[in-house]
Amino acid sequence: MAPHILAPTPAGLYCPAGDFHIDPTRAVPRALITHGHSDHARAGHGAVLATRETLAIMALRYGEAFCAERQVAAYGERIRVGGVDVAFHPAGHVLGSAQICVADARQRIVVSGDYKRQRDPTCPAFEPISCDVFITEATFALPVFRHPDTSHEVEKLLSSCRIFPDRAHLLGAYSLGKAQRMMALIREAGWDRPIYIHGAMEKITDYYASEGVDFGEIVKVSASDRARLAGEIVLCPPSAIQDVWSRKFPDPVAAFASGWMRVRARARQRGVELPLIVSDHADWDDLCATILETRCGEVWVTHGEADALAHWASTIGLPARPLHLVGYGDEEEAGVEAPSA
Amino acid sequence: MNRFAELLDRIAFEPGRNGKLRLLADYFRHTDDPDRGWALAAMTGALVFRHAKPGVIRALIAERTDPVLFAMSYDYVGDLSETVALLWPHSSAAIGHNAPPPPTLSEVVEILHETPKAALPQALAALLDQLDETGRWALLKLITGALRIGVSARLAKTALASLGDDIAPNAIEEIWPGLEPPYLDLFAWVEGRADRPRILDPAPFRAAMLAHAIEETNFAALDPRDFAAEWKWDGIRVQAVVGRDVDGRRVARLYSRTGEDISPAFPDLIESICAGSFGEAAIDGELLIVREGRVESFGTLQQRLNRKKVDAKLVAEFPAHVRAYDLLSEDGEDLRPLTFAQRRRKLERFIQSRAPDRFDLSPIVPFDTWDQLAAYRRDPASAGALDEAGAIEGLMLKRLDSIYVPGRPTGPWWKWKRDPFTVDAVLMYAQRGHGKRSSFYSDYTFGVWREGAEGEELVPVGKAYFGFTDAELKQLDKWVRDHTTNRFGPVREVEANRKTGLVLEVAFEGVQRSARHKSGVAMRFPRVSRIRWDKPARDADRLEAVEALVGERK
Repeated sequence: MAPHILAPTPAGLYCPAGDFHIDPTRAVPRALITHGHSDHARAGHGAVLATRETLAIMALRYGEAFCAERQVAAYGERIRVGGVDVAFHPAGHVLGSAQICVADARQRIVVSGDYKRQRDPTCPAFEPISCDVFITEATFALPVFRHPDTSHEVEKLLSSCRIFPDRAHLLGAYSLGKAQRMMALIREAGWDRPIYIHGAMEKITDYYASEGVDFGEIVKVSASDRARLAGEIVLCPPSAIQDVWSRKFPDPVAAFASGWMRVRARARQRGVELPLIVSDHADWDDLCATILETRCGEVWVTHGEADALAHWASTIGLPARPLHLVGYGDEEEAGVEAPSA
Repeated sequence: MNRFAELLDRIAFEPGRNGKLRLLADYFRHTDDPDRGWALAAMTGALVFRHAKPGVIRALIAERTDPVLFAMSYDYVGDLSETVALLWPHSSAAIGHNAPPPPTLSEVVEILHETPKAALPQALAALLDQLDETGRWALLKLITGALRIGVSARLAKTALASLGDDIAPNAIEEIWPGLEPPYLDLFAWVEGRADRPRILDPAPFRAAMLAHAIEETNFAALDPRDFAAEWKWDGIRVQAVVGRDVDGRRVARLYSRTGEDISPAFPDLIESICAGSFGEAAIDGELLIVREGRVESFGTLQQRLNRKKVDAKLVAEFPAHVRAYDLLSEDGEDLRPLTFAQRRRKLERFIQSRAPDRFDLSPIVPFDTWDQLAAYRRDPASAGALDEAGAIEGLMLKRLDSIYVPGRPTGPWWKWKRDPFTVDAVLMYAQRGHGKRSSFYSDYTFGVWREGAEGEELVPVGKAYFGFTDAELKQLDKWVRDHTTNRFGPVREVEANRKTGLVLEVAFEGVQRSARHKSGVAMRFPRVSRIRWDKPARDADRLEAVEALVGERK
C-alpha cells in the first residue's frame, strides 16, 4: 500500500508532498490552521494558511505579528500547495472553523478539526465531504454524550432568572465561540435585557459583531456595576466564576455551558450550580453519523475518547486508527486555570 | 415526570437552603395535583417501590447496549442510574410530533405500584423509552430509593408551608403522620381552599419546643426565681407516643426531633411502651444508652444510630433509654397549654407510677443564684450528676410559667452549653467552598505537631468551615492565596512549618479514637473560634494534648 499523504508526527499531522503541518502544536515553517482555538492555532509559524476569520482571530489573540506570512483560504476554494490540492470547508465549530481536505490523484483525506452538527447561528454549518480517510476529533466520543436541544438548555437559564430575580447569573463559557453562540441563543429565546460580558470576551465578541452576528445590547461589566446586576445574565470565562472577580455580584448563580455538563460529577467537581449542556463539539450520535456520511474507507481519531470510537468502528467493519496526538485538549478544560483578566 | 425530573436536577446542584426552598415552592406552585403530591412523597421518603432493584436495571441496559461501550461509559460516569439514563437508546416511538406526551409523575407511580414483579422490567423499559435523559435519571433514582439531592423531609414541608398565608412548617409537621400521598387535602388547606385536615393518626408527632443559646448579657434581665434548671443530656431528642386507633389497638411510635418516625431502629423502646401501664401518652425526652445504670457517652450512642439493620445483639449491647423532660399529652388530654411547673408535676407522677423501666426522669437542678448555677455548669458532678457528668453537655433553663409551644420562641427556654475544648492548630490545607463561598477558600484542614521520623511534623487532626465572620473569611482567603505552596484541584496546600504558618484556635466538643484518621483521633463538631495572627506556628499545640482529651466530654 502506498504511504498516506498525511502522517502523524510529534508536531502534529504532516503532509510531505506539500511540506506543511495541519494545526501543529509547535512552530513550523508552514501551517494550515482549522480554527482559532489556542490548542489548534499557535503563534510563531512561518506561513499560515487559514480562513479569513481564523486569521483575524489569531491576529486578535496573538497580535498582528503572529506569523511571518499569511494566506486566506475561502471556503470551497481549491488551493495547490506543493504536490497536493487543499480545500477548506465549514466545520460548524466556531466562526471561521474549517475542515481541511487534502488530495492528490490517488487519495483524499479530510481533517475535520473540531466540529459539530448542531445548529449554531454564529457560524456556517458543517458540510460532510466524501473522502478515503476521515480524520475526526473524539472529544465527546462516548455514547453517554448526547447533547440536548439547545433551546431547552437556554430555557433552564431563563427560568432560573425568573425564580431568582435577586441573584446575578454568571454563565461560564469559553471566550471564543461558545460565549457568542450562547449570546445568540439567549436572544433567540426572547431575552431582551442587555447581556453583560467579562472584559476578556470583549475583543472576540466585537469581532463577531463586525462580521454581522447580531447580539443586541452587549455591555462590558465594569467593577462598579457588579453589585447591581441582580437578575441579569453575565457571561465570563469559566475560570472567572471561582475567581475573586465573581464576589461583588449579588448572590451569584454559577452556570456553565459545556458538553461536559452532561455528566453530573463533572459539573459538581467544578462547583457548577446550573449546568447547561451546550457543546461546540459533535456528540456521540453525530460523530458516528458523520463518519458514515463521509463514506470514508478508514477513520483516524485525533484526540478525545479515541478508544470508544475505534471500538464502534470495528463493530461496523470500518478500519480505525487512534492517532494519540498530544497537545490537543478541550479548550474549556485548558481554560480552567487561565488568568481571568 | 419531566418537570419533576428537572426540579430534582436543578436542586441537586443548588447548594443554598434558601435557593432549594424557592425551587421547591416554585414547583409546588406551578404543578397540578396529584403530581406535586407524589413529588412531595418522593422527597419525604414516603414512596417505596419494592420490586425495582439495580439488578433489573443492569439487565435492561445489557440487552440494549454494546458491553464494551457500556463498561467504558460506566467507568467514566461512575453512577449506574446516570449511566443508564444517558446510554438508553432513543426510541423511535418517542420522536416526532405524533408521539404521545411523556408520562406524568402520577402515571409513573401508578405503573410502578400496580405492575406485578414479573412484568416490571417490561413496564420500566416502556417508561424509559418515553422519557428524556433527565427524566430517566430521575426515574432510576426514584425507584432505587437514592434521590440524594440534599433535600430533607423538613425542607420539603417548609417549602410547602411557604405557599400558604402564615402557615408554620410545624403546623404541617403536626398533621403529617396522619396524611397519605398524594396529599390533596394538605395542598388544599395550604392554598386556602379547605380546612386543615383532621389528624387521624392515633400517635401523632407534636412539633418540638426548642431553645436559644443564652448569652452572658441575657442574665441581667432574668430572675432565677422564674426558672427551673435541668441538665442538657448529650443524646438525641425524641418523642415517645402511644395512642389507640379506631379499632382500639395500641399504636406506639418513637419520633426524632424533626418528626421522623424512628421506631424501626428502636424495637426495645417500642416494646417497653407498648406493654403495661404506659397507657396513652406523649413523652418528650432524650434518647440515651444506659448500661448498668449509667449513661454512656454520645460516642457509644452513635454506634446504635444510623444502622439499617437492628438485630438482637445490637439491642442487647446498646440498650436504649429515655430520660424524660416533659409530658405533652396524657390519656387523650393535650397538656401543652399547661405551664412547665404544672406539666412537670404530672410528668413526675407519670414516671413514678406508669413509666416502664427504660424511662426515668431528668432531674431538676436546684439553684438560687446564676453564679451558683454557673459553678454547676462548670462542674456538673458538684451538683450531684456524679459519674454521669460525662453525658451532660450543659444546662437547660425553663421558665416555670412557660407553655409548650412548637419551634424556637425567644424567652421561655434557654440552653446554656458548657464551654468547648480548644486547641491551637496550624492551617495545612484550604479548599474552596460552595455556593456563595465558591470563590473563597473556606474549608480548612488543620494539624498539630508530633515527633515524626524526620523530626517535628504536622499531622492533620480535623477540618473546620465555620466559626469565623465574613470579614475574617476574607482575611483567611487572602492568607491562603498568598501562602499557597501546592494545588490539587479545588484544594490548596499552604505554608505550614516551624517558621511560617497560620495558627487557628479550634473549638470542639470532644475527641474520639479513630482508625480512619492519620492522627488516630477525630474531633466532634470542630470550628474556628479565633484566628491567632499573633502566634508563631511552632508554638501551636501537640498531638499529645489532643489525645489527652479522648473520652473527656464537654
